[in-house]
This record gives sequence, C-alpha cells and structure tokens, in this order.
Amino acid sequence: MATIRYAEALNLALREEMARDDTVFVFGEDVATYGGVFKVTQGLRDAYGDRVRDTPISEQTLTAMAVTAAMTGTRPVLEIMYADFLPLSLDALVNQASIYHYIWNEQVTMPFVLRTQGGGGVGTGAQHAKSLDAMVAHIPGLKVVAPVTPADARALLKAAIRDPHPVIFLEHKLLYNLRGEVDEADEAPAEIGRARVARAGRDVTILATSRMVLEAQKAAEELAGEGVSAEVIDLRSLRPLDLDAITASVARTNHAVVVNEGWRFCGYTAELAATIMDHAFDDLDAPVERVAARDMPIPYAETLEREVIPDSADIAAAARRALA
Amino acid sequence: MLEMHRRMVLTRHLEERLGEMHKAGRTRGPIHRCDGQEAVGVGATAAMAHDDFVTTTHRGHAVYLGRGLDPRRVVAEIFGRETGYCGGRGGHMLVGDAQTGMMGGNAIVGASIPAATGMALSMQLRGEARVALAVFGDGAAQTGICHESMNIAALWRLPVVFLLEHNAYGLTVHHSAQSSVPDLSVRAAGYGMPGETIDGNDVVAVYGAVAAALQRARRGEGPSLIEARTYRVEGFSTSDMGGYQPDAEIAEWRARDPILLARAALADRLGAAHVERCETEARAEIDAAFDAALADPMPAFAPHTPSAPHAGRAYGVR
Ligand SMILES: Cc1ncc(C[n+]2csc(CCOP(=O)(O)OP(=O)(O)O)c2C)c(N)n1
Ligand SMILES: [Mg+2]
Repeated sequence: MATIRYAEALNLALREEMARDDTVFVFGEDVATYGGVFKVTQGLRDAYGDRVRDTPISEQTLTAMAVTAAMTGTRPVLEIMYADFLPLSLDALVNQASIYHYIWNEQVTMPFVLRTQGGGGVGTGAQHAKSLDAMVAHIPGLKVVAPVTPADARALLKAAIRDPHPVIFLEHKLLYNLRGEVDEADEAPAEIGRARVARAGRDVTILATSRMVLEAQKAAEELAGEGVSAEVIDLRSLRPLDLDAITASVARTNHAVVVNEGWRFCGYTAELAATIMDHAFDDLDAPVERVAARDMPIPYAETLEREVIPDSADIAAAARRALA
Repeated sequence: MLEMHRRMVLTRHLEERLGEMHKAGRTRGPIHRCDGQEAVGVGATAAMAHDDFVTTTHRGHAVYLGRGLDPRRVVAEIFGRETGYCGGRGGHMLVGDAQTGMMGGNAIVGASIPAATGMALSMQLRGEARVALAVFGDGAAQTGICHESMNIAALWRLPVVFLLEHNAYGLTVHHSAQSSVPDLSVRAAGYGMPGETIDGNDVVAVYGAVAAALQRARRGEGPSLIEARTYRVEGFSTSDMGGYQPDAEIAEWRARDPILLARAALADRLGAAHVERCETEARAEIDAAFDAALADPMPAFAPHTPSAPHAGRAYGVR
C-alpha cells in the first residue's frame, strides 16, 4: 500500500496501461513537455516518446481525431484541459463517437478516453469553473465516470482505457492533491457502472458525484452530531448508473438527497431524482431533495461564487428537509 | 507617444503589483500577466477611434488600460470588488466595459476572434464606419474558429482587424510545436487579405500598423492580419511552474523590453527627467488604484433573474 495523490494515481494508471498496450497514446494541450497543467501526464513523454504529444489548441478536431484513431487500431487518451471546453468537443461526441457502433451495425469499436476536469470554488471564473456532467451523460453511446478517491481514479482510468467504447473521464480541479491509499500491486481495472458506499447509514441516502462526495461526507458528519445517520453513496459512474446500489440504499433509508455540482435545471440531479421516482417510489417516505449549482453563470468573486456552488451546508440542509 | 509610454508603465506596474499580491497569497484564481508585451495592447488601442470595438484574451491588461479604463476599477475587478468593471462577477480574464467598446477579455482561447468579427458584421449592416479589433495569441491562431472568422471576414469585407499577439508560446507549448509555419502572417494570403509581421515591442510600429489597418477597414476595404512579435517574460500565469522558457531567450527579450525601447526614444526627444517624472506618476496612479480598490467592499450576492428556469417565479433554490 502507498499513499499517493489523485494526480499521481492517474499518472500511474496511464503508465501501467501504456506499458501493457502499445496502442495506447496520450495527446492534448501541454501534456507532453510540461506534463499537463495539473501534472497528470508528468514524465510520460520521457518514458513513451512520441506516444505522448502536445497539440495545438484545437479541441474540436482533436476529439474528432480521437474517435477515428480509436476506430482504426489505437487507444487514444485525450486530455481536454477544462470541462468548460467540452462544448468544443461536443459535435465529435454527439454526432460521431456516439453513433458509429450502432449505426454501422457493430462493425467498429471506439476505445478512446476523453479526460477532463471541471468544477469551481477557487475563483477561476465563468469560463473555467463549470460542471457539465449532464451534458455528456445525456449522450447515448458514451460512458461517463467521475472517481473521487486516488484508488478509484487509477482503477477507473485503467478500465476506461480498456473499454471498447468511448469513456468521458471527469476529474475535478480540487481533487488532484487529495491523498489516498493505493495498492500498487493490484493492477486490476475497476468495473465501470459500480457505485461505492462512502459512508454507511440508516436514515437518509445521499447520492453524490465527484467532489460533492467529499461535501456529502462532511454533511454526514455534521448530521451525525444531530443524531441522523446518513448513508453517502459515491456513484463513480454517471452513465451507466448503478441502479441496484441506489434502490437498495433507498429501500433501507426511505429518504434520498441527490447532489451534483452542475446546474439544477435539466441537470444530473434531475436525472437522479427521476430515476429514484421510477425505480424506488414506493420506498420513499418523502420527496427526493436535490442539491445542485444555482442556475446562473459562475461568478468570480468569492462572496458570489460560494452562493452558486453547492457545499456541505446545503447538503445537510437538504437532508434535514427530507427527514422533516 | 508619451501617453502610450505612460499606459505601458501603468500596465507594467499593475502586473508587478499583482505579482507581489500573488506571492503574498492575496490573489484568487490564476492571473495572466503581460509583462514584456505591453506595446501590443497599448499601441493597438491607441490607434482606435473612440467608438471602435476591441476584444481581447485572458491576458488583456494592456488592452484594458490602453483603452483608457480606470485602473482603480480594473484592480477592483481583479480582486472581485463591487466597484470593479463587472461588479466582481467577471474577474481579471473577463473584464468588459461596453461603454468604451472594450468588449471583453475572453478566456476561451480563440473566442475573441469571431467575437470581433460579429461586431464588424453588425457595423457593416448598420452602415457605421466603426471597426472591430480582435486581439488574440499565437496559440489562438491555431483554432478552427480563427480560420473560419478570417474566411468570412475576407469574404464579406468586414471591418475587422486581426491582431495576432505572438509571444512565442501557447500556454507552455512553443510555437514551433503548434504550427509548421514560423511566420503566421503568411496565412493572410490564403484569405486574400493583407498580412504583415511587425515588431510587437515597438509601440510606435504597432500603432502605425494598426492605424493603417483600421483605416483600410473603415474605408470598406476589408480585414487585415497583423502579426506582432513579442514575448511573455513572466510566464503563462501565476500558476505556471516554469521550466520551459530558456533563460537565454528570456534575457534576450528583456533586453528588448518595450518600455526600455520607448523610454530611450522619448528621453532623446523630451529629456530623461521628463520621462522619469511621467513614469513615477503612472506608478503612483497604480499604487493609489490598489489602495482604493482593496478598501472597496466585496459584492453582495443576487441571483441572475434572466437565468431563472421558471417563468414568473422567484429564483429556485440550490
Ligand atoms: C478553448 C480553450 N482551450 C484551451 C484553453 C487553455 N488555455 C488557456 S490560455 C492557453 C494558451 C493560449 O495561448 P495564446 O493564444 O498564445 O495566448 P498567450 O497565453 O500566449 O497570451 C490555453 C491552451 C482555453 N482557455 N480555451
Ligand atoms: Mg502565446
């Protein structure tokens, strides 16, 4: 066992997969010489040479290239520096990547990974702080994962690289320095589509994604002080969703709070709330409570930004409402 | 020229003070300083008519101050104060002031290019002799929207000037790893518009080239591409860990600092003492701007009503 940072866990996964399979290659802005602006790809250029490439600033083209490179015998791992730039990749995702496996009657697979990072809280402003999870999770044909622990970051990235279909890999700028235990000897990839119970509890189920899992854990701690036992489920995979884990938990707690850092309206929490209604309505003692970003652009100033991005206090308040 | 020099000194001192504040842990989010390339933003905006438009990048401080924005309100925006140009909502990359036609820093690389092109279309449709100036980097020159904007602008003879601020790097990647063509102004030929490469550290050269291109656009003769060669001596941003810009290269460009060049030229004509006094006053103006802005209040939150998802209802909860 070793305690490593989230960014290091991702780096480890990339090294392991590049060593294991020489069709895996890494490309993106500033990923080679500099090692990535979040240092996830540090040292890879030295180890793997031309299989690690700096690119011009051309997200739309890079994503479209990843689709067809994947179709023709390589396994691209593309870094899109900020999730806010995903709209530039979107055409290639929506109109190319997502369709061919089905439309061409399963003649081709597209084993590529698009890594990106989103989220706010540190004053990066309206064009560098968004969570656009729902935008990509909306697209049939894509998988979307969002690990929060270093161990999951490593195992899910390995799984994403080996997956025959496109995987959007969502990181968060505030997770890169998070430390956690990783068993270096265990090189097994994770299974995409499995949630994790981050904290067991009896009274209310809190479903959360990415960094919001940490906020939910904080909220659960606070609630514990009030005699409320909250169960926190880290979804890990936003698409496909682990329905069994969700329904099993709600069947025990009979209350649900759903949390995502993206916007509320047509957002990922709307899908979660509807999913619970579709599959666990009879187990609910109260309406599902949603915690999401306020529906507006992310402001720069700290006093404004903290009113838009959800935190543990919002989650705890939602849990109290659900239990009231 | 003295006024352009003064604005370059304003900008430089702003950058230096921001650097100190960053070291002291008093800034929030990354800040992209433009030390060494002030002549581009300042020279270009000095050539604009009062009702022209300009769009810029995440590194827009020289355009902000060149366009005559109040340093105190610029600093206030950078520190997220209520008195900032955008009430603290935008931050340093997204300062906009519609009143002076300073239509924003833009932190989506390349986005300043179609932005100015759209303004030029609007002016053409309205029959107004106003021009839009797009400032963008060498990294931005590699985006698809750069090509698409230039094609449409040339096709429709739009009153826009493309000013490529070539500082040798796109984030950390050297231009030789971004384009097979060293001299990007040659691309103009592919769109059938004039293109030239100029010394971006010579504020008078920038002023002259941009003034001529603005006039041409104003006459209805269409767009031009100006590639101003300069250099970013302080790295990409306050979060830059460095290591990719060779020391010798930085030293070479420091010796050609636009402020040094302008100071020498002005001292010959006006005397060193006069120039020195002007610089001291400019620095004092920035210091006063910091003092005032930092004492200003933080903004109070209010929801953005047009973004509300439910018609005729109070704003939703989080
Ligand atoms: C669409 C998009 N892709 C990537 C980025 C990240 N990024 C910010 S600045 C930058 C480099 C821009 O280089 P250049 O245009 O030369 O401007 P400079 O920073 O040198 O002034 C990059 C890649 C971004 N902001 N927007
Ligand atoms: Mg550049």
